[in-house]
Amino acid sequence: MGRADPILSVRGLSTAFSGDRGNVTVLDDVSFEVGRGQIVGLVGESGSGKSMTALSLMGLVPQPQGRVSAREILLDGVDLARLDGAGMRRIRGGEMAMVFQEPMTSLNPVRKVWEQVGEPLAIHQGLGRREIRARVLEMFELVGIPEPKSRLDAYPHQLSGGLRQRAMIAMGLICEPKLLIADEPTTALDVTTQAQILQLMRDLRDRVGTSIIMITHDLGVIAEMCDVVNVMYAGQIVEQADVFDLFERPAHPYTRGLLASIPRANEPRAGRRMPSIPGMVPNLAKLPPGCRFAPRCGDAMPLCTRAPELAALGAGRSARCWLHAPDAAQPLEEMP
Amino acid sequence: MLMFALRRILVSIPVLIGITMILFIMLNVVPGDPVALMMKEHASPDVIARVRAQMHLDDPMIVRYFRFLANALQGDLGNSIKLNRPVTDLLLKAFPNTLMLAVCAALVSWVIGIPAGVLSAVRRDSLIDRFFMGFSLLGVSMPVFWSALLLQYIFAMQLRLLPVSGFYGWKYMILPAIVLGWSSAGVIARLTRSSLLEVMRHDYIRTARAKGLRETGVITRHALKNALIPVVTIMAIQVAGLLSGAVITESIFSIPGVGRITVNAISSRDMPLLQGAVLFATVLVILGNLVADILYSVLDPRIRAQMKKDA
Amino acid sequence: MAAPATPATEPETLEDASFLRDTLRAFRKNRMAMVGLAFVVLLVLGAIFAPWVSPHDPYRVALDEQLLPMSHTYWLGTDNFGRDVLTRILYGARISLMVGIVPSLVSLTIGTVLGILSGYLGGKTDFVVMRLADMMIAFPSLLLAMVVMYTLGANLLNIFLALALVGWASVARVVRSQTLALREKEFIEAARANGTARATIMFAHIFPNVVPTLIVLFSLSIPEAIMWESSLSFLGVGVQPPEASWGLLVAKGKEYIFQAPSVAIAPGIAILLTVMAFNFIGDGLRDALDPSMKD
Repeated sequence: MGRADPILSVRGLSTAFSGDRGNVTVLDDVSFEVGRGQIVGLVGESGSGKSMTALSLMGLVPQPQGRVSAREILLDGVDLARLDGAGMRRIRGGEMAMVFQEPMTSLNPVRKVWEQVGEPLAIHQGLGRREIRARVLEMFELVGIPEPKSRLDAYPHQLSGGLRQRAMIAMGLICEPKLLIADEPTTALDVTTQAQILQLMRDLRDRVGTSIIMITHDLGVIAEMCDVVNVMYAGQIVEQADVFDLFERPAHPYTRGLLASIPRANEPRAGRRMPSIPGMVPNLAKLPPGCRFAPRCGDAMPLCTRAPELAALGAGRSARCWLHAPDAAQPLEEMP
Repeated sequence: MLMFALRRILVSIPVLIGITMILFIMLNVVPGDPVALMMKEHASPDVIARVRAQMHLDDPMIVRYFRFLANALQGDLGNSIKLNRPVTDLLLKAFPNTLMLAVCAALVSWVIGIPAGVLSAVRRDSLIDRFFMGFSLLGVSMPVFWSALLLQYIFAMQLRLLPVSGFYGWKYMILPAIVLGWSSAGVIARLTRSSLLEVMRHDYIRTARAKGLRETGVITRHALKNALIPVVTIMAIQVAGLLSGAVITESIFSIPGVGRITVNAISSRDMPLLQGAVLFATVLVILGNLVADILYSVLDPRIRAQMKKDA
Repeated sequence: MAAPATPATEPETLEDASFLRDTLRAFRKNRMAMVGLAFVVLLVLGAIFAPWVSPHDPYRVALDEQLLPMSHTYWLGTDNFGRDVLTRILYGARISLMVGIVPSLVSLTIGTVLGILSGYLGGKTDFVVMRLADMMIAFPSLLLAMVVMYTLGANLLNIFLALALVGWASVARVVRSQTLALREKEFIEAARANGTARATIMFAHIFPNVVPTLIVLFSLSIPEAIMWESSLSFLGVGVQPPEASWGLLVAKGKEYIFQAPSVAIAPGIAILLTVMAFNFIGDGLRDALDPSMKD
């Protein structure tokens, strides 16, 4: 990462849910940074905690079942972990905004699109209707909604999925946030639209300079979009790396498994089965002792019954694996 | 929109015709001669026969039905046997009273029911929720005639705060409106609660929170409109319940409305009057349903779009 | 996450038994439903054994004991003919319970048959049945019942008829929509492919699947019928004196509400409690049989 002054710095973020059957920790000591103008990826299987990380940062974890705690969440120097409800509301939608996975259901069906997209302006900047309408029109142009004027008064169901997601992105960016969290923004869209939306987000980063957290289960999206990647497994970050390093030399066996399961266009496909990681994502209520990935790991060893730390490997990389622990095993061979 | 309304009206016409037919048959197979009843003992059989012929009572039923239908379409529902006046006049004179009672009762039920439902949903499973839901169950389970009697006894007879019965000004409307409104307030509270709880589960509520809206804003600006769509349509359908309730309320509080006319028509065996009153009430119910459907389409843009496609 | 799908070959009886067990367990856990059930059981016992439970004769006129206040002899006082109010209420329970159950059964039977026919056969049958149901639902229920009573005369049998006539249409609508959904299910398709007779499909395959809904509808239509009957009797077009229905007791008692309020108030409380008890049971059954219908 190497940037002295990140826009977001998360330290020790943990989230637990209390239910009928006791407490379940869904996020365990998550720490990462987002540099200014960076696109940072959170990747993992469903249930790995990547969406929960986003909701925890936004203060949107369902209450009162969910409990979020963190040593600090510095957003441009302000510690969100110390803000009360009112303070978080001023941040939410203003300095930090979120785009959700389902553009179909994330917009209110009975209100006009422009009212919804422009609402953060009313909340955070107290603008009047006419100003808001003008700003929404500008945003619609920015996010590439064709015939933006005629879409202002549309209802969500009158827009295609791609247009709705563009509208959602416009909503997220309308108050010029310091950080935009995009939770699987393209998963619900078809492939062509997916590519367009990703292109749009990259453009916006380049032109507006918004920092973005990109949450996805799709390593293709990561490769295309991100500068830095955090791999999550069972509520923990298991590997942090620059995007090139991650794809060139994955350090954690789980990351290697993920990479191996991407179908490659240049390899002969006939007769080959898609390799996938054996086993299932563990039940968070019944985690194995020690390394959470050990039961599915091909490299598991006796030491893995003890929980590994997320250890720095140098050059901004770290991994949560005994294979790379300096005192436990040999150093990673190809590491410089 | 207009097309939809027109089509919806066209669909209700056969229902209305069917209802008039059922009603006519039921009321005209009744044993006993209405003319003999009307003239009492002092009429000779000759006279009775002549009056019967005058009233066309000896024609086949199908002929009489179509004559009734044709007359009803022109606003002529025949004459009351007992009061010897046109049924239409009697009903039109009584209707404003019933309408006023129904409107006041509806207001009572919304003013109590909607906030109670919203509060219960927002504070789900809390003491407030339990209190309101218990209260609404009480409202639904209480016979209208009994709660009327109880309130009459307490507020009019014991505390002497309000008049017992009659209809000579707004004070006379308070108790009947509360009695009648209370029973449907329970229904509305329950519906509002479940509808709001359902809406609060949607993704767009999370979107609204993500914008930094406070919880009250999330509810009033994003959840309430969606949640109240089914409630509003129920309100229009409520007409049927209010009319049934008005029959009882009006007779207990001696309000000269359509409901009391109906009860009086039965006890004096005044067939044309009963027929007219029931027909009148049924038309109101069908109108209520019509309004409900149209309201639904006005309030929900998705349904509106669907309808444009269908039309 | 999800439990593995039950293989289709598993004997149906086993599944039925566990379904029943789960339902009963869920129902027993519902405290309000159990309270309602206890109340109804007590009421039924009280109604059946009324002559043994009460030392008084419900029809005996004692003009020297008119409108007595509550006492050890007359727990709820006496009415204008000197009859014990509590005894009249107990005997009234017989009528109210019968009125709750008999017409509900009739309207449920008619509604189920018509609803299944309408939903499964579709076409003309569906059209005719549903238009008839539309008409019945457009009638304000109380007025329809009043017209029936006017035509046929005020007595208990005709109350049954009137309430059955009022109730069948909404049952038919619900059963029809369930049948429509069931008709598309694989096991019905399979039966059809096997050449099973239509009547067999409708009543051996579809009917058992609507039974849970019918149970809920039944338990919720009882309090409604009790309510309608008491309203009819209150208006004088229901049960006739000297029979004692709760609605009639309130109507008669209201003349004397100044001297002896309990004569009118007590039977109303009986209606209120009974209707609430049945509603609790109905809600409990609905939650137990179909958790998705909760809220």
